[in-house]
Amino acid sequence: MSLLAVHALSAFYGDFQALFDVSLEVAEGETVAVIGANGAGKTTFLRALAGALAVPRATVVFDGQPVGGQAAHRLVDLGIVMVPEGRRIFPSLSVQENLLVGAYRRRPGPWSLDRIYLMFPVLAERRGQPGTNLSGGEQQMLAIGRGLMANPRLLLVDEISLGLAPIVVQSLYQALAGVRDEGTTVLVVEQDVSRVLTMAQRVYCFRKGAVALHDVPARLTHERLAAAYFGTA
Amino acid sequence: MTDTSRVRVERTTRASQVGLLAGLGVVVALAAVPRLGDSGVMRAIIEFITLLVLAQMWNLLAGYAGLVSIGQQAFVGLGGYALIVLADDLGLNPFVAVPLAGLVATMFALATATLVFRFSGGYFAVGTWAVAEVYRLLVANTTALGRGTGRTLKAVFPLARETRELGTYALAVGLGAAAIIAVYLALRSRLGLGLMAVRDSEPASRSLGVDVFRTKLVVYLVAAFGTGTTGALIYLNLLRISPDAAFSINWTAYTIFIVVIGGLGTLEGPIVGTAVFFLLREALSDYGSWYMILLGALAIGAMLRFPQGLWGLVAERWDIRVFPVQRRVRTDVSGGRR
Amino acid sequence: MIWLDTLVQGILLGGLYALFATGLSLIFGVMRLVNLAHGDFSILAAFLAVALVQALGVNPLVALLLVVPVMGALGYGLQRVVLNRLLGRGILPAVLVTFGLSIVIQNGLLETFSADSRRLNPGGIETASLALGGGLAVGWFSLLTFVTALVLLAGLQLLIGRTALGRAFRAASDDGATAALMGIDNGRLYALAMALSLAIVAIAGIALGIRTTFTFASGPDRLLFAFEAVIIGGLGSLWGTLVGGVILGVAQTTGARLSPGWGVLTGHLVFLAVLLLRPSGLFAPSRRVD
Repeated sequence: MSLLAVHALSAFYGDFQALFDVSLEVAEGETVAVIGANGAGKTTFLRALAGALAVPRATVVFDGQPVGGQAAHRLVDLGIVMVPEGRRIFPSLSVQENLLVGAYRRRPGPWSLDRIYLMFPVLAERRGQPGTNLSGGEQQMLAIGRGLMANPRLLLVDEISLGLAPIVVQSLYQALAGVRDEGTTVLVVEQDVSRVLTMAQRVYCFRKGAVALHDVPARLTHERLAAAYFGTA
Repeated sequence: MTDTSRVRVERTTRASQVGLLAGLGVVVALAAVPRLGDSGVMRAIIEFITLLVLAQMWNLLAGYAGLVSIGQQAFVGLGGYALIVLADDLGLNPFVAVPLAGLVATMFALATATLVFRFSGGYFAVGTWAVAEVYRLLVANTTALGRGTGRTLKAVFPLARETRELGTYALAVGLGAAAIIAVYLALRSRLGLGLMAVRDSEPASRSLGVDVFRTKLVVYLVAAFGTGTTGALIYLNLLRISPDAAFSINWTAYTIFIVVIGGLGTLEGPIVGTAVFFLLREALSDYGSWYMILLGALAIGAMLRFPQGLWGLVAERWDIRVFPVQRRVRTDVSGGRR
Repeated sequence: MIWLDTLVQGILLGGLYALFATGLSLIFGVMRLVNLAHGDFSILAAFLAVALVQALGVNPLVALLLVVPVMGALGYGLQRVVLNRLLGRGILPAVLVTFGLSIVIQNGLLETFSADSRRLNPGGIETASLALGGGLAVGWFSLLTFVTALVLLAGLQLLIGRTALGRAFRAASDDGATAALMGIDNGRLYALAMALSLAIVAIAGIALGIRTTFTFASGPDRLLFAFEAVIIGGLGSLWGTLVGGVILGVAQTTGARLSPGWGVLTGHLVFLAVLLLRPSGLFAPSRRVD
């Protein structure tokens, strides 16, 4: 049975329709990627999943329960945790405090401060500094660590490669592989297509708010991808 | 693609044409009142107009410029005391002194702005109140201004009572009309467009070249002028001024109630609100503080439930705009092909 | 000697002002809300104490133990039911609603308790003084109030700096949307902050009522003094609020010593001077708060 099942999800910003009948499934333990150009609706989709957008109850089913439109803080209790786009580190909190606030709901699980520090030693070195003193890549590590502290069942990762050097992105994805190996279900939104093709088991491509392509990486040829991504006939 | 040559930008609406006629009718009626010789009616109209102008000024500040001030009573008091000083101490004609008192208030507003404009949002509100309190205390500690007991306007004593009443009445009607016309014209002008843009989004309007600071300052000064002149008029009518009355927070309390109940950010709202205020006062005149409790509760309820005010409800329901400040786009569908 | 005494009185008065200012500063920090009825709530607490003392015959300090949780619950309910609905709508609704509350509370108190001025009498402690040597004496109660302010501020600092709740407050103050992603229920958090704010201001109101007479109309001045203390000390700094309160207190006692009617006015003028010369306050942290 799938951990996450999205049925015909449509979303609106006022009168503007941003998502058109999106259907998607993620099985427990899987890593699924959502790719697409800017404005394709990827972030809107994640926001709908994380409780930041009002959607009908039945359109999002998590572990058999309809959870669409529930408040963000309630979804964290269920185990749906988002690593938001742009890192969004809290400036008033130190590195360690940023991690601790991720564990606010005190969900049980394998992740702890020590394990996060093991995964990202640089965070341990800087634990007392304000979170926003870190470099972009380090902040992204902190954001991922903060999300893990909530012991998620489903980790939603929004565009972690934005604005970062390739070598930094490399280490981030290595960390994500470690998360996947732990058995955590991961849904990754990414613009850097090549990255996700190596680590995801299935890929959805969004275009103009709808699913344009859905397949395993092995069967995604360059032509099929370009067609789905850009809409070239 | 629609034929753009057939698109017009309009301002007049049917309601506004009716409103214009009605407005002329009101002015004619007001001019006839003195003939009736009832000074009670004249005083009531003067009071109505003073509250209406105060409300229009506060509406301009908060509803259009986003400056939520709870210190406008400073300018009521400053205007009132300026009248006393100009008419009694400097010997000016008291009727002429009224608008001059407004100018004095405006000068103090400029000084005030240098302080309170350092704040924004809720702290701006408290800051304006703090400054009003400073003015009150300064006046209450100044012997020349009568300290806590206040002063009486003596410059009108040589005049016959009818002359004074008529003069005050004429001044009030003039002030009321001038205020409404001025605010209306200002909103239709570039300043008005800039104001409404600032109200909707400061960063966006800045990016379009609107000088946000200057716009807000101009509005603050204009509102101070209107409020100060009204303050002078109030005390020309009452003849007796004291710091606790002139700088009382109640001026702001009444004004806020009127604007919130009537409709914030519309020209028609304050008119409706002032009418409701007077009706309620008549109905509850025997109940003392319950009146204020009801006022406060209504204002709270209005903000929670219908923030657009009574006029806003009417305007939305029937799409009426008596003072056409907005521009509407109309397309001629006859004859054009899409 | 007189001036030393004035200084000490001013410092102790500053403790009381810090109590008033703390709640205001807390809710502004957490949710950018200025509660214009803040002072009126403190006076409401004082009148509640008056009512309890009359009804049960207890000492005002005992009444305080009952009033404080009641005011805390009132703050929680007010935020959850009314004020939470105003967040995200700009400052106008919050200013107008809390202003309306101020009017309602004042007039409600007038109706219920008449315009008579009141005083709370804890049975002697308020007039007892402690001799500090050299002819200098301070009132026991003033000292107690100051120490209470210190203890509360230290406690609050600990709460905000070292506990999970404090981290949640700071996170929500930084970025409410992301705080929700951490599982923080902002609505409940704001209600807790308001509960704390009103509980502390209740203590301040009762302390005021013991120290001096008060009426239904005493609220607005408390708000102003609290506001001035916060601004002088600098937004965003709890200890700055204490220093701001002390500076305000000293300014007021000094002005009053110079001329009886000039106490409050001197305080206002010092506040305006700080505003002109150092608008961010004397102890504002480097992070901008607006």
